[in-house]
Amino acid sequence: MSDISHPTRFRRASDDSPVARLILIGIALGGLGLLVAMPLLVVLSQALAEGWGAALTSLASHDARSAIRLTLLITAIAVPLNAVFGIAAAWFITKFDFRGKAFLITLIDLPFSISPVVAGLCIVLLFGANSTLGGLLVAGGYPVVFAVPGIILATVFVTFPFVARELIPVMVEQGRAEEEAALTLGASGWRVFTTVTLPNIRWALLYGTLLCTARAMGEFGAVAVVSGKIRGQTATMPITIEMLYNEYLSVAAFSMAGLLTCLALITLTLKTGLELRHADALAATRRH
Amino acid sequence: MHIQIDQIAKSFGATSALHPVSLSIPQGALVALLGPSGSGKTTLLRILGGLEFPTSGRVMFDGQDATNMSVQDRRAGFVFQSYALFRHMTVFDNIAYGLRARPRATRPAAAEIARQVTRLLDLIQLPDTGSRFPTQLSGGQRQRVALARALAIQPRMLLLDEPFGALDAKVRKELRQGLRDIHDETGLTSIFVTHDQDEAMELADMVVVMSMGRIEQVGTPAQIRQTPATAFVKDFIAA
Repeated sequence: MSDISHPTRFRRASDDSPVARLILIGIALGGLGLLVAMPLLVVLSQALAEGWGAALTSLASHDARSAIRLTLLITAIAVPLNAVFGIAAAWFITKFDFRGKAFLITLIDLPFSISPVVAGLCIVLLFGANSTLGGLLVAGGYPVVFAVPGIILATVFVTFPFVARELIPVMVEQGRAEEEAALTLGASGWRVFTTVTLPNIRWALLYGTLLCTARAMGEFGAVAVVSGKIRGQTATMPITIEMLYNEYLSVAAFSMAGLLTCLALITLTLKTGLELRHADALAATRRH
Repeated sequence: MHIQIDQIAKSFGATSALHPVSLSIPQGALVALLGPSGSGKTTLLRILGGLEFPTSGRVMFDGQDATNMSVQDRRAGFVFQSYALFRHMTVFDNIAYGLRARPRATRPAAAEIARQVTRLLDLIQLPDTGSRFPTQLSGGQRQRVALARALAIQPRMLLLDEPFGALDAKVRKELRQGLRDIHDETGLTSIFVTHDQDEAMELADMVVVMSMGRIEQVGTPAQIRQTPATAFVKDFIAA
């Protein structure tokens, strides 16, 4: 093979044989096609089965618009909250030495390992009308379960680890020396944070926030439990898709699904675009 | 500035990094804290800079108690072991950082900051590097930028943690002279940490030999070489 046409080319020990390479590429592409590309195509083709007109009409209905508004509202609240929580948690874990640090990191990962349905049930048990706290809140006119606050809580819980998980390794690698240097130069704690810490973690923060956004828009399990699925009030986009699908309204269901997919794809495209555009700055902050 | 260290001790949990140590550093001296790793020399330096606080004992600056003075108020020019330059800022912005961090009332105008940064870049013999980023500099250049950044705040003392540790032998020799010149020019009380006895003996007016969190001997390089006070000092300088 290539050994004949390029007799001087050395084979590296880590190079796989051509057959193994073909098989690996085949598995990767086949898996991507089967698990990612095909479902995307199916969603879009089903949505447009009766043409653009039918798809757009279904999205313009009162319930559909309410679901889109609700999902955007939840995302707009949950993501900034988790960005702040994530920065605070990562800061606390990486800049201070204390007992139980490993336990705290495990705790941050908890939402990844717990089923979202269980998380939803916990919120219902804590804030539902049958609990003491929930009873007080309902009596005071601020119901949490089967209302927007509950959906926000569920979404915040499920997407909590994204920002912190991105930030912790970056902040561990960068250490405390730059912050200490800024302090010796007379900067206040807040100034150190805004002029040294934040610029150094900005890329990890952006990634974490974008992933968090995509996940927040798509969250189903926990929200399904706490929302009560009230059409036009507490039904988010994923919930609405499920309800439409169960009612055999496939064009409406897949139109909404297509829109949700597009929103997720926009965040991913944004991330890739920023990566390409700032490749130099990325490399500069990572080297050193 | 005259620095008085009075029975300073520091422990991290159960391990004590410094047993009570006392030391008097006269105004304008160039002092080496010399010892193997784990001897407590960096801990002592960080206590002077306000980055650590002692478990017991007092630090006096010019006769005034500074034990609990905040790191910002100390105005100690600190040069870190790996320099800790702000990687996302240019050399100019690095050096200007301390001036810009001042409260509005005492902050110089932009033109004055630019003038001072340019003067410092000349002092460290790196004019025209203001627009570069730290990653674009050699190790020796980074060390000099770190020194300029520390000098920009018009510090009351200069504290250097293994300032030549990360450099190769040739650059190290050049920069030793550079530090000596800057010390003589500014007259700042300067303390540097090193594990290299040649460096300490060649550069310092006064050498403090440390081991296991204790001060073994204080003296001029000649005194330490001729009459080592303990078996440890004798062994360490013979090595």
